[in-house]
Parts: sequence; structure tokens; C-alpha cells
Amino acid sequence: MDLRYTEAEQEFRHELRSWLQSVLPDVPAEPGPNDWAARREYDTGWQKMLYEAGYAGINWPREYGGRGATPTEHLIFLEETEQAKAPYVGMNFVGLLHAGPTLVVEASDEQKAARLPGILKGDDVWCQGFSEPGAGSDLAALGCKAVRDGDQYVVSGQKIWTSFAHVADYCELLVRTDSDVAKHRGITWLILPMDSPGIDIRPLRTMEGQIEFAEMYLDEVRIPVDNRVGDENDGWRVAMTTLSFERGTAFVSEMLQTMELCRDLATFAERLGRWDDHGVRRDIGRIAAELDALWALTKRNISEATRTGLVGAGGSVFKLAYTDLRHRLGEVALHLLDRASLSQDDIGDLATGDHVQGRIHGLKMSIAAGTTQVQKNIIAERLLGLPKEPKWTSG
Amino acid sequence: MDFWLSDDERDLQEGIRSFVEGRFPLEEIAEREETEAVIDLDRWREIAEMGVFSLRVDGFDNRSAVVAFEELGRGLVPGPIVATHLTAGLIDGASEGSAVVTLLETDATATVLDHAGQATDVLRFVEGGAERLDPGSLSLAAIDRPLDTLTPVWRVDGDVESGTEIAGDADAMRLAGTLLTAAQLVGVAAGAVELATAYAKEREQFGRPIGAFQAVKHLLAEMYTKTDVARSAVYAAACALDGAADDDVDRAVSVAKLMAGEAALFGGKTGIQVHGGMGFTWEVHAQRFWKRAVSLDATFGTVDHHSMRMAEMIDVRSGA
Repeated sequence: MDLRYTEAEQEFRHELRSWLQSVLPDVPAEPGPNDWAARREYDTGWQKMLYEAGYAGINWPREYGGRGATPTEHLIFLEETEQAKAPYVGMNFVGLLHAGPTLVVEASDEQKAARLPGILKGDDVWCQGFSEPGAGSDLAALGCKAVRDGDQYVVSGQKIWTSFAHVADYCELLVRTDSDVAKHRGITWLILPMDSPGIDIRPLRTMEGQIEFAEMYLDEVRIPVDNRVGDENDGWRVAMTTLSFERGTAFVSEMLQTMELCRDLATFAERLGRWDDHGVRRDIGRIAAELDALWALTKRNISEATRTGLVGAGGSVFKLAYTDLRHRLGEVALHLLDRASLSQDDIGDLATGDHVQGRIHGLKMSIAAGTTQVQKNIIAERLLGLPKEPKWTSG
Repeated sequence: MDFWLSDDERDLQEGIRSFVEGRFPLEEIAEREETEAVIDLDRWREIAEMGVFSLRVDGFDNRSAVVAFEELGRGLVPGPIVATHLTAGLIDGASEGSAVVTLLETDATATVLDHAGQATDVLRFVEGGAERLDPGSLSLAAIDRPLDTLTPVWRVDGDVESGTEIAGDADAMRLAGTLLTAAQLVGVAAGAVELATAYAKEREQFGRPIGAFQAVKHLLAEMYTKTDVARSAVYAAACALDGAADDDVDRAVSVAKLMAGEAALFGGKTGIQVHGGMGFTWEVHAQRFWKRAVSLDATFGTVDHHSMRMAEMIDVRSGA
């Protein structure tokens, strides 16, 4: 074990830092949360700057236009961009971190040539059509139906939690192509162009009050068979390859923001005259310690990915502990805020709104990308070898 | 940046693990509880022969030490291993296992000394240094019912006279002691998870292993998670102490002790819960993990103590 950064890693950091210093003054002001056209412009504009500087697709293989950075360099990239207050990956998220990596592993050469450059250059925004109202934690139970008609699939059904659907160019879509086999064996992975006729997008407002997500209704949408990635009925395996791309870096930006939030809360307590309160100090001290420990676990998972190519269930360990911590941080914050917790806008000259919004964010984090309960199942079954749940359905 | 055990660290881990499993079976450890001598002095010398007490004197670093101490905690090896290790090369016989050195904490709510009956020497940290005391110089009153019968305790009455100064960097000793106790606690937590997991796989109710029920498996997942997060903190603090990380050493060690204490206390109590009624019996070892967790949590600072230390180290920006 040696947590110091190598010379090469430090050099990477310095180069990146000076690049960020040179370009960040040219980045326009961040648009409001619900101005989606402007946000697309902002997010893809940043992606173009990254592309021109050679930082696009930081973790993608070089042969597909990525930087081929190590997991540690990816960590450094996220640390530096966060510290410099550079734009977040935003709506390039699905393309860069989910659909793109899947295409790299599973798509045909033609599909790769057609779709990968657009993601890296910030030309194309992708969304994800996986979850359905009836297929959440049990994703493989999805029912959005695709029927083969010559060289096209005719797709009808409903998707939910499709982030950025209303501004996306493409969707990574999971469809049911066989209903007569075990549920995992009848799924196919398709590239859906979002300008196809028959798509109806309805914004899904979350408890944050924003419209980041959408519901997507597909009514006899025709998708060329050429847009299929992998074999028909092999889509579950294709979708799962994304997991193999996780290098332990998924929550680095989040973590750094949370550490800032925690420091901010201590400062806040001090200005409220509550920092002498032992209960407050103990709560915040404890959370600060847990954040340090989770930062250590992050580095440990990244090292595991470097050594073995996989994070494995260590990602579940992190997510479980991290989201639990977010809940407790949010609760301590809201108690401290007292009446100021009734407002998402700042009250007075303190950034109280960040803490109220942060509390709501915590409620999302323990559900999104695998609920706390699903993570516990994963840890118990894969790491501890406990027996699987009894099956209640024939699926 | 490489957070991966080196081959040497892994070899050491395996070596200590098989030593502990071979020489300290829980059944044999438990046979000695409630006797005057929970420490088998022959075994104590074997620990010395394994190089545990002299590990860092012999040139091993803190990273190796935490890996070794985690294994000792996992096997509930009794005795003041950390204090004896800290004084290797400083107190006669500590390296060789002919001394049993126990730690006297006089800044706590109550002055309670563990293993006094078998101790040859007492280590105490004082302002600006460390000192050696003769156990005979203390006014000791045996406690009839210790919480952890593998950690017998004595009440220390009256004022404690000054002892003889121990050479060496007391702050470094205290930090290492805190870290190695944290490592033991991670081991206690890990041992509790293993015991409860094995039971959940084998114990059947309602026609299936209880570990198939989410209510039970989620408890085990929480135990595992707290243990693994704490282990990360302990490893990171060891790196900091060895100069193999840029982190602040005091802070990293407090984080490690706090997280490890919490993991072991949670693991201990949850392990008992998973065992159901059997968990509350004397016979089943689940209780021993929780009791050791309490003992070690209250050594070199509790979870609460280190939470408060942590609060002091938060960079609170001064108010405008």
C-alpha cells in the first residue's frame, strides 16, 4: 500500500490544473435548472472543450478516441475539475459513462464509427430507456415490446426515469423480444434515435421540483435492426457490461461536494453560535470522519479496479455507506437550520438552501442506481454468500 | 496511488491468520476465562516468536502492523498485545514475550486497569511523555464481574505515583497504539460478521436458512459494510503514519479509531441479534465479540472521544 501519487500521476494533475485555469474563464455562466435548451448548450459546450484538449472520454480506450487514462488518473480528473468548479458531466452522463462504454465493448465496427465520435465531441446527447413503471429493482421484468417486421423492430411500451429525454439525440433502449423464456433471456438492446416518430415524452417532476427525468411512451416506433447492439435476446448481458466499466470513480464528484457541505455545516454551526454544543460537534465530527473513511474506501475501490479491472461488490459497499451518511448529514443540517429548513432558497447571508436541497438529494441517492435494499442484497449474496431470496414468481 | 496489499503484507496477513487459527482456537481461549490467568504465558511467548511484539522494532512499518493486529483481533486473542508491542525495545522482555505490559489510562472517567493480575509492567502516557510503572506500586482492587471475562479488570484506587520515564517518542507511541487498537477492532468486527454469517447459512427456521430472509441478510450486509469502511480508514491511517499518504496523521488515526470502534460495536451487537436466543447464551461466541468491542473501544479513546477530536480538526472558516 502506498497512497502517494506517482510522478506521472502528479504530472497529469499539474497539466490538467493549468489547462483548467486557462479555460475556465471562458466557460459561460451555468444556466438555471429547468432551462433545458440552455443546459444542453452548456453541457455539450464543455464537452467540446474537453474534446479539443484531449480530455474527452477520459476512461475510454484510446483506439476509440478516449484518453485511456488509468482509474487513478480518472480520480485525479474528477478531483481537479471539482476543485476548480468546472462544469459537471451533466447530460453527457449517459453517453460518456453508460451507453458509450457499452458500445465500445458490444457494438459492431459500423455502429462504433457512427456513434462514438458524436458522444466524445459533445454533438450527441444520450438518454437511458431501461426502467419501466413495472420494472424498477426487478429490471429484467421489463415489458416494452419489440416485434420484428422485416429489417425493423416495431416498439411499443413505456419507460420511466429517462433523464434528459426531451433534449437527447439517442436512447439506449432495452426491449422485450421474447416473452416465452426466462425474463433475462428475452431482452434486446437497441439504439433509438430520439427523432423517430411515435415517441411521446412527458416530463416527470421530482420532489426536488425539477424536471431532470421524463416518462417516455413508445407507440409503434420503428427502429432499424441495424441499430441492435449484440444479438437478439442477448440484451441483458449487453446491458450488464456497463457494470464492468465501473472503476470506483462514480461518486468522486459527489463525495467532494459532500465533504464541502460538511465543512460548510460546521462553519454554519459556528456562526449560529452552536459550535460549542457538544451534541452538534459530535454529530458533525462523526460525519466528517465517515467522509474521510469513505474517501479512503473510494481510493481502495479504484486501486482494486486498477489491479483487477473490476470493483465488484465494493461499489455496493460504498453506495450503501455513502447514501446512509447523506441521510444523516441532511438530518443534522435540517435540525441546525431550524426554521430556515422551510426554504430551499438561502435565508439571510448563509447558504442554507444548499443544505435543504442537499437533504432532498440524500433521499434520491438511496434509491437511484440500486436502492439501499438492493445493495444490501448484493453484498449479502455476492460477498457473504448468503442464499438468494426465495422466488415468488415463475419469472 | 496504490491501495492494494503488497505481497509481503498479504503473506504476513496469512501467516498471522493461520497462527491465530492454529494456536488460539476460540474454544481454548474461552476455557481460560474467569480464571486468574486468561493469558496463557506459553502462547504469549509464541506471539513474541511470531514477531508480533517486535514487529516495528524489527523494521516493519505500520501498514504491516495493522494487517497483523487485525488478525489478532479477529481471533479474539486475549491480553494487552498493543501495549506490549508499543514498549518492545523500551521495556525489558516486551519483545521476547517474557513481559506482559498493560496500559493505564488515568484521564478516563474511571481508572480501570486490564490484565493487572498477569502484568509485569504498566505503561502510562503522561503530559509530554510515557512512563513505566510497577504493577506492585498501584493500589489495585480486583473487579469480580468484568464485562469481558477475557479482559479481566482491576480498579486503581488513590493517586498513582510517577513511574520511570520511557525513552522514545510518546506522541508517536500513542498514535501507533490508537491505530493498532483500531486494527484489532476491525478484526473483532470481521470476526463477528464471519461467525454470524456462518450461523445464518446453517440455522433453519420456517423451512429455510435464516440468511435467506432479507431481514437477516440486510443486518449482515450492514455489518460487512461498516467493517470494510473501517478497514479502509485503518489502512489509510497506517499509510499516513508511514509517510505513504499526504493525509494529516492525527486526523487519519482518529478517523480510524472512531470507524473501527463503531464497526466492532455494531458488528458485536448485531452478531448477537442474528444468533437469536443462542446469541444471548454464554456458550455461543457472539457475545465475546461484542464484549471485546466494548473493551477496545474504551482503550485509546471511544467513538465519542474521537468524534469530538474530529470536530476540533474540522476547518471551520471563521465567521464574517
